[in-house]
Amino acid sequence: MIPLHWYLLVAAGMFALGIYGVLARRNAVAILMSIELMLNAVNINLVAFWRYMAPEALNGQMFAILVFAVAAAEAAVGLALIISIYRNRETVVAEDINLLKW
Amino acid sequence: MQLPILESINLMAVLPVLIIAGWACVLLVFDLLIPRSRKHWTAWLALVGLLGAAVALFFQIGHFARLGSEAAFDGMVTVDGFSIFLQVVFVLTAIVGVLLALDYLPRHGIERGEYYVLLLFTTIGMMIMSMAADLIVVFVALELLSIPLYILSGFAGMRETSEEAALKYFLLGAFASSFLVYGIALTYGGTGTTRLTGIAQAVTSDALNLPLTTVGMGLLLVGLGFKVAAVPFHMWTPDVYQGAPTPVTAFMSVGAKAGGFAALIRVLVTAFPAIASEWGTLIAVIAGLTMLLGNIVAISQSNIKRMLAYSSIAHAGYILLAVAAAQRSENASFAIGAVVFYLLAYALTNLGAFTVAIAVERDDGTGTEIDDFAGLGKTRPWMALAMALFMLSLTGMPISGGLVGKVFVFQAALQAVPGDPLLLAVVIIGVLTSVVSAFYYLKVIMVMYMREGEGKAVLPLALKTVLAATAFGTLVLGIIPGPVFQMAQRAMLK
Repeated sequence: MIPLHWYLLVAAGMFALGIYGVLARRNAVAILMSIELMLNAVNINLVAFWRYMAPEALNGQMFAILVFAVAAAEAAVGLALIISIYRNRETVVAEDINLLKW
Repeated sequence: MQLPILESINLMAVLPVLIIAGWACVLLVFDLLIPRSRKHWTAWLALVGLLGAAVALFFQIGHFARLGSEAAFDGMVTVDGFSIFLQVVFVLTAIVGVLLALDYLPRHGIERGEYYVLLLFTTIGMMIMSMAADLIVVFVALELLSIPLYILSGFAGMRETSEEAALKYFLLGAFASSFLVYGIALTYGGTGTTRLTGIAQAVTSDALNLPLTTVGMGLLLVGLGFKVAAVPFHMWTPDVYQGAPTPVTAFMSVGAKAGGFAALIRVLVTAFPAIASEWGTLIAVIAGLTMLLGNIVAISQSNIKRMLAYSSIAHAGYILLAVAAAQRSENASFAIGAVVFYLLAYALTNLGAFTVAIAVERDDGTGTEIDDFAGLGKTRPWMALAMALFMLSLTGMPISGGLVGKVFVFQAALQAVPGDPLLLAVVIIGVLTSVVSAFYYLKVIMVMYMREGEGKAVLPLALKTVLAATAFGTLVLGIIPGPVFQMAQRAMLK
């Protein structure tokens, strides 16, 4: 059987990639995709922990399902916001959306 | 005959939440039948639902004063004095949120029934947050709180700043909550459970994987720190508060913050008592930084919403200090009492201050500069007086809830670990920054009374009611804080 820490390393790598994407990409859609990547990394973690540490209780699995339900809700709201901004300003580049000073 | 499954679900304990949740779903459909020009009906109906929840809460107060606490949903949530007290704060805030929007939305041409429904949904998120006894519930409640708020902050869609605020809030919020959920996953891996009490047991046993759990707790703090706007996760606050429609800002500056603190206290005090001195130190450092940054940057602000945003960061610092004081179990009940008292005082004062900001704001969304307050002392003497009271309360001047809240917070911090140099240093920072905060709060009073100006303000009945109620509450908390503080202290976790 594949040892647990392999899964954890893959998940940590995906999570780190997601962070990199959020910080480095300029397109709002790409940032959203990076966030989804981070949430999926969490799901790998959850399911791996469930399988290796506490297979008798279903917490880990259930939690993973809730995480992607929430991720779907977030994507729906996020894309709606991005579309509405695009209609008004013809851009989805985060740096151009800067009426308010950071 | 009762089925065992129903007993473990224990619907009566979460009745207020159920009332609002059911009512919000009904309202969502009902709103479709209400013509565009009569959307205030939805507002009044939302108020009816919130009052229903308030009545249910009222009956629960007596019930839980006798019983202590009850678990529901097989231990996923715990209803105790702490959650009841905070639920009262949330329901009151939501009622104010509806009243503030009643005239604001039509005036600004953004009246839609969805506002009230989303407001109810995010209120449910806050309420569940205060009773979470499992990390899964913490996560789901946090998202239920956040997602409607993302939409609400972009509610003035045709105003570009509002849209931009929503996008920033959404991207940074989703980013922060993925840290939170990663932290939960690692804690789950380290301890083998997501139940807060189970984690507390696992932390003291041998089966624990300490590095995983510690990293998990740290990431959890990142996610919750974002919600309460603590330094260094505060960057979104000024932009979102300034860009969002003002009633939404008022609502979330109180509700989202209190929700974040509720979860923070639940998680830290219930799940991690064994490593309390570690998180106590961490939180105390964050508290000091938050007070410093919030108060110092607020001085240079010219926009009232932005100034109140930095002020809300600063106040998060004071509340965090009380959270840090909850690290020792002997002191926990006093410290948690100080937190919830401070939250209540802050809620009343801040809602009042935003009410005045709404009254002064013009229909096109301008009129949010502090200079626009010039002349209000003459044209609107009562409103100016109330605003002066709120500003004094936020500074922490006598006969206001703000002062009493700060005294409790500092006292809790000094008692927590007697002779601890770090906590003492943070208390000194707290006192000094309170003095600094007088600069920018008193500036508003000075502009209202000393400077000549038009002093225009629109003050319909709903705003007047809110203003009178919040001013009265602030005074009561300042003059006779005893009874409320006793209730707050009994509001400890069970």
